[in-house]
Amino acid sequence: MASGSEGGFWLPPQGSTAAGGVDGLFDFIYWLNVFFFVLITGAVVYFVMKYKRKSDDQLATSQVGHNTLMEATWTFVPLILVIVIFAWGFRTYLNLTVAPEGAYQVKVTGQKWSWNFTHPDGTVNTGELHVPANRPVKLLLSSRDVIHSFFVPDFRIKQDAVPGRYTTAWFQAKAAGEHQVFCTEYCGKDHSAMLAKVLVLSEEEFDAGKWKVSKPPEGMSVADWGGDLYNKVGCKACHSVDGSKLVGPSFKGLFGREEKIQGQDPVMVDENYLRESIMDPQAKIVEGFAPAMPSYKGQLDDAKIDAIIEYIKTLK
Amino acid sequence: MNATTTQAAVDHADAPYEVDYLNCKKGIRHWLITVDHKRIGVMYLWSVIASFLLGGVLALLIRAELWGPGETIMGPDTYNRVFTLHGLAMVFLFIIPGIPAAFGNFVLPLMLGAKDVAFPRLNLASFYVYVVGSVMALWAIIAGGVDTGWTFYTPYSTGVSGSVMMMTLAAFVLGFSSIFTGLNFIVTVHKMRAPGMTWDRLPLAVWAFYATAIIQVMATPVLGITLLLLAMERALGVGIFDPQLGGDPVLFQHFFWFYSHPAVYVMILPGMGVMSELITTFARKTIFGYRAIALSSIAIAVISFLVWGHHMFVSGQSAYAGMIFSFLTFLVAIPSAIKVLNWVATLYGGSISLETPMLYAIWFLILFTIGGLTGIFLGTMGTDVHLHDTYFVVAHFHYVMMGGTVMAFFGALHYWWPKMFGRMYNEKLAKIAAWLVFIGFNITFFTQFVLGSRGMPRRYYDYLPEFETLHKISTSGTWFLGVAVLMMIGYLFSSLKKGEKAPANPWGARSLEWSIQSPPIEHNFHEIPTVVEGPYEYPKAGAKA
Repeated sequence: MASGSEGGFWLPPQGSTAAGGVDGLFDFIYWLNVFFFVLITGAVVYFVMKYKRKSDDQLATSQVGHNTLMEATWTFVPLILVIVIFAWGFRTYLNLTVAPEGAYQVKVTGQKWSWNFTHPDGTVNTGELHVPANRPVKLLLSSRDVIHSFFVPDFRIKQDAVPGRYTTAWFQAKAAGEHQVFCTEYCGKDHSAMLAKVLVLSEEEFDAGKWKVSKPPEGMSVADWGGDLYNKVGCKACHSVDGSKLVGPSFKGLFGREEKIQGQDPVMVDENYLRESIMDPQAKIVEGFAPAMPSYKGQLDDAKIDAIIEYIKTLK
Repeated sequence: MNATTTQAAVDHADAPYEVDYLNCKKGIRHWLITVDHKRIGVMYLWSVIASFLLGGVLALLIRAELWGPGETIMGPDTYNRVFTLHGLAMVFLFIIPGIPAAFGNFVLPLMLGAKDVAFPRLNLASFYVYVVGSVMALWAIIAGGVDTGWTFYTPYSTGVSGSVMMMTLAAFVLGFSSIFTGLNFIVTVHKMRAPGMTWDRLPLAVWAFYATAIIQVMATPVLGITLLLLAMERALGVGIFDPQLGGDPVLFQHFFWFYSHPAVYVMILPGMGVMSELITTFARKTIFGYRAIALSSIAIAVISFLVWGHHMFVSGQSAYAGMIFSFLTFLVAIPSAIKVLNWVATLYGGSISLETPMLYAIWFLILFTIGGLTGIFLGTMGTDVHLHDTYFVVAHFHYVMMGGTVMAFFGALHYWWPKMFGRMYNEKLAKIAAWLVFIGFNITFFTQFVLGSRGMPRRYYDYLPEFETLHKISTSGTWFLGVAVLMMIGYLFSSLKKGEKAPANPWGARSLEWSIQSPPIEHNFHEIPTVVEGPYEYPKAGAKA
C-alpha cells in the first residue's frame, strides 16, 4: 500500500485531518500508474520477444498504418480518466487550502534561515510552532527577504512565503506530537538548515499556556538553553562557535574581546553590545563584515536574549 | 544516378566513393567559415557533447556530496553553485540545442532532399552566437559563480552576489542561437522540400523539428525579455520583480515559466521525432498513426504555451488560475500519450532488431512512460501541494528529460553516427554501455521518487538522517552512468580511426538520408530526388515487392 495513517512505503504518517484525503487521491493515481505502466511495458516486452528478427532478410508480417477505433479508444479513455483526476484533485486542493471559519491564526514569517511564529496574543517563537490538536489552525505566511516555502510533509501542506504579500495555509492536527517543517523554496546557503518543528499539544495543555513562558526546558541550564536557541533561531547560519569566519564574526572568544567597528570607536564586547547587536544589528558593524544581519526585535524576548548572551560567554 | 524514390538504395557497395563533406575542404579555416549544414551540425555535436560532459561531471559531484548528511566533499556555497551550473549547462548548453542543432542540422536537409538549409549563413551565425553565449556562461562560472538555481527566482537572484548578471546575459544570448535555428528550420521545411515531398510524406522527425522550431521562435523572446528585465533591475534598480522596489516577485515566475514550460517541449519534441525514426527502422514497419503523431506534435506546440502556471500551484497564485492551468496540463498530456501508444503499436507484427539505437528507443518507451505517468501526480493540484519542490519532481523531470530526451539523443548518436562519420562503432561495447545506462539511470532516479514523496525537499545540501539510505542508493546509480558514458566516448572515438567503413544504409532505413553515401558528399545530392512515397513504406512479408 502506498499510504496509511501510520505512513507507508511512499508517504509519511498522516498528521492532519486533510492528509487522508490527499493520500486517497495519491493511491488512486498510483494504481492507475502501475496499471498503465504494466500494460505499456508489458506490450513492449511481449512485441520485442515475439517479433524479434531471426534472420537478416526477415520482413514485418504486418504493415497496418492505423486503426481508427483503436486510436479513438486510446485518446478518449485517458482523456476521461484525466478529467476525473483533475476534478478530484481540485476538490482535494480546496479542502487542503481553504481554512474553515474561526480557525486559530498564526502569522508565519520566513527569513534567511529561520521560521518565526507570531500568535494572536503576541507570543513569538522561532523554530517551534505550538498548536492545539483537533482545532483548525490557519497560517498567514510572509517573508522578510526572499521567497521561502513552508512545507509540513505529515500534514501534506506547502505554501510559499512571499515578501511583500500574505499567503495562507491551514491544517488541523489529529493528535499531540511533533512534525517536521522544511523550507522548500531555494533561499541560499543554509536553505537546507531552514527547519522548524510543529509541536502539537493536547487542547488542555495548549490552553494552559505553559509553552508561552520563556524559560529553559526542565533540567537545562540557562547557557545550554542559549545554545539550543543558537541552533534554532538562526544564529548558527552566520556565526560559528569554532572561530571560523562565516557571514558574521565567530562567537568563539567573542565576549570580553575588543572589536574594531566600521567608522566608530572600537568597543569592548559586553552584555549591552551583544543585546544591541541582536536588536539593532546595523548600529555597529565589525570591520571586515557586511551589514547582513536582520533584526530580532519582536522575536526574542529578554529571557531568550539573556540565555544567548550566557551561551556566548561560555565560548572561550 | 537517378534517385526517383525514397527507397534508400538497397546496396551502395558498387557505387564509387566520392569525396565526402569531411574531406572536401580540409583545414580548420574551412571548418570555421563553413556554411555546410552538415559541418555546422558536427561542430554543434562536439559542443553539446562537451556541455553534456561538463553537466555530467557536475551531476556526479552533486550526488557524491549527497552520499551522507553534512559536508562530504564540498561546503554549502560550492554545492549551491554546482547544482545551479549542472542545471544551466544541461538545459541551456546541452538539451535545448542538443538534438535540433546537432542532429537536426545534419539530417533535416537530407531528409527533405535539399542541398542545405534555407539560410546557411544564419545557420553558421547561430553556432557562433551559441559559442559566445557558452563562453559568457563559462566566464560567469569562473568569475564568481552563480548559486540561484537555473530558474533565477527573484528576489533571491536580484540580491545575491556572484555573477548572476553575466549568466543571465549568457542565457539571453543563447536564446538568440535557438531562435536562429528555429527560424531556419521553419523556412527550410516550407520552401526546400524536394519535388513530391508532400507534408504527409515528411519523416516524423521533420514534423517534430518543425513543431520545435515554432516553439523556439515564439517562446524564446519572452525569456530574452524576462532576463533583460532582471538585468535592468540588478543594474539600474528599476523595480520590476523586487518587492522592496515596488516590484512583484511572482511576476518573474509567470514570465519565466511562460518561456520555460514550452521550452520543456523544445527539449522533448525532437527526441520524440527521433523515436519515430528508430522504431520504424528497427522494426521494419510503417509507422502506426502517422497523422496522429504528426498532429500531436503541433498540438503539443500550441497547448504547451498555456500550462505554465502548473509550476506555481503553491506560489500564492489564485485557486481558479491554478484550476485552469491544471486542466490544460492534463490536456497537453494526451498528445504525448498518443505518441507512446502509437510507437508501441508500431512494434506489432514487425521484424524487430535490438541494435544499439533500438535499445535506446526501448529505454525511451519505458522511462518516458514512467516520467509521463508520474507527471499526473504533479498536474493534480491536491497531490502537487505535497510533492512540489521535493525530490519527486526531480525524479519526474529526469525521467522525462534524461529518460526521454537523453535516451533519444544517445539513440540518434548511434543511429546517425555511421552517416555522419562513415564508420561503424563496436556494437558489443555499445550494447553493454546501453544496459549500464538503463540500470544506472533507474537506480539513481527511481529512489528519488520515494525520497520526494516521503518529504525530502530538492536543492538541499544537507538532509535528515532518515533519508540517508535512499540517498546512498541514488548516488551509487550515478557510477554506472559515469562508466557507461566513458565507454561511449571510448568506442565512438576509436571508431573514427579503426571502425569498419559504414555502408550507405547500414540499418535498412528508408528515409532520404540513407539513399546517399556515408558520409555524404558536400552538396548532399547530385540531383534533387523526386519523391514518390512516404518515408516508412517497408515491404510486408509474403507480398510481391
